[in-house]
Amino acid sequence: MADSLAVLIIVSTIASGIRLATPFLLASLGEALGQRSGVLNLGVDGVMLLGAFGAYYTVLQTNNPYYGLLVGIGTGLVLGVFYGFITLNLRAEQGVSGIGIYLFGLGMSDLLFQKFVGTPRPILPFMPLHFPVLSDLPIVGEMLFQHSIIVYIAFGLVPVMSFILYKTTYGLNIRAIGENPEAADSLGVSVMATRYSAIIIGNGLAGLAGAALAIELGIFQQNLTNAMGFIAIALVYFGAWTPTGVMLGSFLFGLVQAIVLQCKTFGVIPRSASDLAAMAPAIITILALVVVAKRFKQPAALTKPYVRGG
Amino acid sequence: MGLLQAHCPGAAGTNVKTNNIQLIIRLLIPLGAVLLALLIGAVMLLSLGADPVSGYATMFRAAFGSLDGFSETAIKSIPLLLIGVGICIAFRANVINIGGEGQMVVGALLATIIALAFPALPSLVLIPMVLLAGAVGGAFWGAIAGALKAWFNVSEILSTIMLNIVAVQVMNFLLRGPLIDPAEVARGTAIPQTMRLSSNADLPILIEGMRMHLGVVIALGMAVGAYFLLWRTSMGFRLRAVGYNPDASRYAGISVPKNVTAALAFSGAMAGIAGAILVFGSESHRMVTDGSSTGFTGSAGFNGIVVALLAGLHPLWSIPSALLFGGMLVGANALQRAAQVPSALIIALNGLIVVFVVSSEYFKQRMGSAPRVDDGPDPIEEGGNNG
Repeated sequence: MADSLAVLIIVSTIASGIRLATPFLLASLGEALGQRSGVLNLGVDGVMLLGAFGAYYTVLQTNNPYYGLLVGIGTGLVLGVFYGFITLNLRAEQGVSGIGIYLFGLGMSDLLFQKFVGTPRPILPFMPLHFPVLSDLPIVGEMLFQHSIIVYIAFGLVPVMSFILYKTTYGLNIRAIGENPEAADSLGVSVMATRYSAIIIGNGLAGLAGAALAIELGIFQQNLTNAMGFIAIALVYFGAWTPTGVMLGSFLFGLVQAIVLQCKTFGVIPRSASDLAAMAPAIITILALVVVAKRFKQPAALTKPYVRGG
Repeated sequence: MGLLQAHCPGAAGTNVKTNNIQLIIRLLIPLGAVLLALLIGAVMLLSLGADPVSGYATMFRAAFGSLDGFSETAIKSIPLLLIGVGICIAFRANVINIGGEGQMVVGALLATIIALAFPALPSLVLIPMVLLAGAVGGAFWGAIAGALKAWFNVSEILSTIMLNIVAVQVMNFLLRGPLIDPAEVARGTAIPQTMRLSSNADLPILIEGMRMHLGVVIALGMAVGAYFLLWRTSMGFRLRAVGYNPDASRYAGISVPKNVTAALAFSGAMAGIAGAILVFGSESHRMVTDGSSTGFTGSAGFNGIVVALLAGLHPLWSIPSALLFGGMLVGANALQRAAQVPSALIIALNGLIVVFVVSSEYFKQRMGSAPRVDDGPDPIEEGGNNG
């Protein structure tokens, strides 16, 4: 009996780890795409917040979580165009302008929430999908096949992104521009257009990440993300700019969170100690950054604006 | 580097004529960025159903229209100024310190611990001690990021962000556990806050009947001190040299890792002092957490970046800049009361100002001001680079 209880706990922990990893994964996949093209976006958290509010408000009005997802993506895309204009056309310093986007998203989402919603009202979350046979499998079924659609979208994007980056001309262009924009430009690749597309898609994914978060939680509040977007940026480094690496990092992050939550629920460790445990992911990330900085090179043109002939 | 050169308002270089034009452009463009943001704010006010003219008038009156209002503005400006000054120091060494939030928290925690440990010390000893503790805590937290960058090549942008998260969890742990007010435990309410700290550590009120306290003087002193550090000491020269040209500095025998670490430590110290002042200058005289860093800092760690950018990364120009943003925060609260416009509007506008100021570099370059060769001194100082 004790064994089956342990199995049950482990299974549900892994399942919730996968669920908690989803917003991180979506946001950091988007960030990885942008960074691969040579553009750092520190505004992820702000984009996520606006995407989250957009999705929340839409679901509140329409009771349809899928519209919420679309609005989340749309919000991100619009902000992506804005960020592209700032960093590509106006060649603004990327680290600082990203903080500007973050502050804008933090304030704006709060403003809109207070003005148009006021008191938090819950919204309809996603229903978990049910796959015939698969979902009913013991252990594996609960772990992998009883999630909501957004989880499958996020994890499904990993092979898609790998394929695009490594097997298509577009992906080759992105990587080339991130390493050596002059060379890519001389071969007729449009640095501007490619970077624009990477930034817009990346921000769209950040918006989707926010939407996923708000709909999974079923609520919105001021600073809902609580720095998740910043963690997503770090996960890109953690994952050494590869989709698979980013996925592993996100899962690890989600899993640690899930374990901390489980420990809290079961009272295995006192509440105060769970605060200490909650800092484990950040510390792991710092250590990982040390290792990554030693072993892997970031895209050579990262944060460097491209000026033809400049 | 681009930022460094572009945001220095006014430069005393060789050619006086072009420099006057450059000075005007450098002063006008940041102001233009603020005006543009306020214009967008006006559109937002309109769409929220508020009259922008009377809205802004309300804000201005609340922030600067009375002595009491100005006192509030000054108080709100303290953490902004200190963070801004720290950002100036770090930026001069070509380091971006996004860890102000975490450094404020750690500084405040260390200062709180000192006040809890030595409550009976006289004010004359205890106040300097808690402020020093704040500086040490913040400097330590900043130096971690500095050392990671200097010796392990970890981007300070990422490490400071992670250290912010760690700092918040340390705060939550300490305020829910070891440092919690025993009365909260006894009552069973368990609000994560310390007890009312020793009144010997209260920052003295400057003018009877107003809230303005010693923190204002300390922040101003730090701004002046940072100016002297950067342009009047060899330490400051090394910091700027490392920021301007690390290779040449290395060739000249200046240790780049040490100075990068020092820059982040100085920057963190400013943030730590800001954190301590937030605790000992607060009305409740306790340290409280709502679980996030913004709950404690009011996002000053980020908003201070705006202050420094607008000031052209100059510690002394940061003073009027901080007053402007402090005034906006006070005004925003008044606006919320008067016109039911959430004060979060100001955070959003601050974000836009950052974006506009950083983007405006492009227009500076287009307006024919040639890129500056030297990282020269500032408008206040006439003597030139003491390098």
